[in-house]
Amino acid sequence: MKLLNHTLKYLSITLLVIISIWAAIFYVNMLDEVYDSLDDGLDNYKLLIIKKAEEDSTILNKKEFAESNYEIRELPESVAILRKDIHQDTLMYMLNEEDYEPVRMLTSAFALNNKYYELKVISSMVEEDDLIEDLLYSLIWLYVAMIASILIVNNFLLKKTWKPFYLLLDQLKQFKIGKDPMIKPAETQVKEFKELNEAVTLLLNRTLETYQGQKQFIENASHELQTPLAISINKLELLSEREDLTESNLVAIGQIIQTLERLKRLNKSLLLLSKIENKQFQDNEQVDINAIFKNLIEEFSDFADYKNVHISFQENDQLYAYMNKDLAEIFVTNFLKNAIVHNVDNGSVDVTINPASFTIRNSGSNIPLDGQKIFQRFHKKSNEKNNTGLGLAIVKAISDLYGLSVAYYFDNGHKMTVYFK
Amino acid sequence: MKILIIEDETELMEVIRQSLEKESFLVESAGDYASALDKIISFDYDCILLDIMLPGGSGLDILQELKNMDKSDNVIIISAKDSLDDKLTGLELGADDYLTKPFHIAELNARIKSVLRRKSFGGKNTVELGNVKLDLDDRTLHINNQPLLLNRKEFDILSYMVVNKNRLVNKTSLAEHVWGDHMDEADDYEFIYSQIKNLRKKLKESQAGIEIQAVYGLGYKLIVL
Repeated sequence: MKLLNHTLKYLSITLLVIISIWAAIFYVNMLDEVYDSLDDGLDNYKLLIIKKAEEDSTILNKKEFAESNYEIRELPESVAILRKDIHQDTLMYMLNEEDYEPVRMLTSAFALNNKYYELKVISSMVEEDDLIEDLLYSLIWLYVAMIASILIVNNFLLKKTWKPFYLLLDQLKQFKIGKDPMIKPAETQVKEFKELNEAVTLLLNRTLETYQGQKQFIENASHELQTPLAISINKLELLSEREDLTESNLVAIGQIIQTLERLKRLNKSLLLLSKIENKQFQDNEQVDINAIFKNLIEEFSDFADYKNVHISFQENDQLYAYMNKDLAEIFVTNFLKNAIVHNVDNGSVDVTINPASFTIRNSGSNIPLDGQKIFQRFHKKSNEKNNTGLGLAIVKAISDLYGLSVAYYFDNGHKMTVYFK
Repeated sequence: MKILIIEDETELMEVIRQSLEKESFLVESAGDYASALDKIISFDYDCILLDIMLPGGSGLDILQELKNMDKSDNVIIISAKDSLDDKLTGLELGADDYLTKPFHIAELNARIKSVLRRKSFGGKNTVELGNVKLDLDDRTLHINNQPLLLNRKEFDILSYMVVNKNRLVNKTSLAEHVWGDHMDEADDYEFIYSQIKNLRKKLKESQAGIEIQAVYGLGYKLIVL
């Protein structure tokens, strides 16, 4: 829910409660005033009638309301003495409305010439249900008008006020660390937004610093590992040349060298990965992808023969890409290597070059892979010790660098398609 | 043959020294910028192994000094940094080669011998071993003066084994030298065996005076019969 509407929600509930309470109080007060005024009128009328009766005794015989609004009846003295003025609501049939309508009636008693009379005076009064209805309608209109005006003020004024906030939010949504230049918050006079802008900028700067530091750290750490690795491997190579070693000594040394080689490969891959991400490969040129494939398929032929995997190459088009040549070779190498390594005996690797894309299909396990996870670092399905788990992560880093898209799908074999722009 | 190692990592320098002494080279070493400068000014070397990051200065400055003395053509840069810029600068300053750490001893051997061959034989890039004669520029092999046709990989294997004769060559080192870095995840390099098998057969049929022996679990060794 938007902040604007959020405040509106609470405002509308509060207004509804306030207006309802106010309406109830207003209604009671108004009605009280109306009765008060009516009763005063009736009292005055009573006095007028009594005064008139003193002059004209004929009206003492008026026993029905009929066309006028009073009636007089004789009362026994005992009853009349106890009588007090009573104001009350009652119903009366109204000709014009053809219905019983509420009237205000004053019942009183008076004495004239030693006779006692009961006097009833009526006055038509407010129709309460009509009053409530009218009041309700006006209040609904008032309520709607208030909400509407709040909405309008919110949408025009507040939207304008909150503009720097939404601008910042949009930039933050788009922001990818390490890829985009620093965000540029909008100028604002509002103190809170100013502080927000400053805080966000500070936070991003710090994050960026940490990110760069971490990237640099991986690169530096990989570099620092090179020398000890070199010393270890070379020492073992020298050691293995000694004449006094038994065959089992040699096997053990061989295994240690292989393990160190694995470490070396891992280190090299990490270094490559951070170099790609640190954009240290410049020198882009028009690279002939077909030629790279042809060359590498030839390079891999011994390995493919050994694994008993057949490689086919189909060129439906001539594909060029504007990128660093070394990276292009690493890109293709990793695809090919991956397709040969994760294959079966008597399997196949089919490379197809199409306009603006190439596809590598390889036989292998019959279980589709997770197209998201395979490009993650160190995601290994097999426990093959010669697999660094970085091959496809490097592919991903290169494709990200050049804006290429790589799609994996399973279609009676594992298929990777790379789309060039 | 006199070789200078300029390297601040004592242990690495010691390993390289031991390896080179096996090849009967005279080895001297310098561990920092000042002593390296001192040595290159005072003596002549057939080959200089130069580390770029040195205490007290940059190896590239030493290279510049060597270039000024017109002595930079026998330098092999050995660096932990696989930096294209350093490589280009180094080669521009006249260095012969650029090797990234970690490297294999056999690879270093091959590079050093390549530098020395070019220096010693007046551009004649050939290696002779018994009745075997390799021309590394024309990429031809003669056994008892009879030409023997090898495919590209067989030739690369043989030349690498020949310059590392009597030394144990790690199969990783051999694979990296012949097949390039691409093969680095390839199943313990067993796939190189079929090429070696063919090469052995050809050598035997031509009665070559050399043999490539397998060293179980480690690699291969070329011996003169």
